[in-house]
Amino acid sequence: MINIIWVALFLIGMGYAAFNGTMDDVNKAIFNSAGNAVQICFGLISVLIFWLGLMKIAEKSGLLEKLSTLFKPIMKRIFPEVPPEHPAMGYIMSNTIANMFGLGNAATPMGIKAMEELKKLNGGKSTPSRSMITLLALNTSGLTLVPTTVIAIRMNSHALSPTDIVGPTLLATCCTTVAALIIDRYFYHRRKRRERK
Amino acid sequence: MALITTFSTWIVPCLIAIILLYGTFKKVASYDAFVEGGKEGFSLAISVMPFLLGMLVAISVFRASGAMDALIHLISPLLSAVGMPPQVLPLALMRPLSGTGALGLMTDLIKTYGADSFIGKLASVMQGSTDTTFYVVTVYFGAVGIHRIGDALKVGLLADLVGVICAVWIVTLMFG
Repeated sequence: MINIIWVALFLIGMGYAAFNGTMDDVNKAIFNSAGNAVQICFGLISVLIFWLGLMKIAEKSGLLEKLSTLFKPIMKRIFPEVPPEHPAMGYIMSNTIANMFGLGNAATPMGIKAMEELKKLNGGKSTPSRSMITLLALNTSGLTLVPTTVIAIRMNSHALSPTDIVGPTLLATCCTTVAALIIDRYFYHRRKRRERK
Repeated sequence: MALITTFSTWIVPCLIAIILLYGTFKKVASYDAFVEGGKEGFSLAISVMPFLLGMLVAISVFRASGAMDALIHLISPLLSAVGMPPQVLPLALMRPLSGTGALGLMTDLIKTYGADSFIGKLASVMQGSTDTTFYVVTVYFGAVGIHRIGDALKVGLLADLVGVICAVWIVTLMFG
């Protein structure tokens, strides 16, 4: 899918330029934007080194684990079908915490581990269980506490206050997460109703 | 609203202080751990470079040719009715599909309209309030061999839609 979009952006752009006489602009854009992209990545280095460095301290000191236990009561309500002491619950919590701190790379393996455990709970079936869909909903609503990459790019673009979007982002992400969980519940009850018929 | 702005300024320094205090309290070799994690951050930043570069070049070709403006012009009557600037629609459409694609579009919007413009702020918040649903569904279900997606995709895409609406609503309230 993404491959088609990527190629289409180029081809449509070039086709449009051919008919509208903007080929000169396209030429300039190609080389300027490549240079820009490298600069942006160098800008990302600073924030990513700093943030992932700090997160390593949080991980080694057990702060992330501590946070997980804090969220346990809420998680029990969100995942009523998972026994609280089951390893799946631990992975679900690590996945959520990693997402909240903008550690996408740490979140994915934890999410996959959680899915494996949930599949075992579901008797190894190849259809998703209720909890699996809930975990996906939680992940796709983009729960973020500190959007590190966004802050880095805003810093690079000389924003007056690069972090002023943290509060609004948190508000938006909370609304979205609650909405995602409600939508998930709705679909679950719809499935139940259909099964009864 | 002033409260949220204060919160935005304080949360990052507070988090840093908490992490450092807790680490010292638990007798972690903080500086060593920081360096270890920082190395991961460095390789992460370098490894996204080809993804971001490829996307940014493609987007800039699309924009420089005038095709982006034509597309925006085409859809603007629809979107201005709901108070959403048409310039951010490509980002809203790309967000569920590709993380780096969306990052590229967001960067492009911030560079074109300015980080402190309404569009720049809206793009930043939208990036944080939604996620790459298709990627998450493919990777998570693919890895454990779930072949029938069930309602997962519908739930994820609806959540993304809510995320976009929330972002427009909150940014308009705060900065609009």
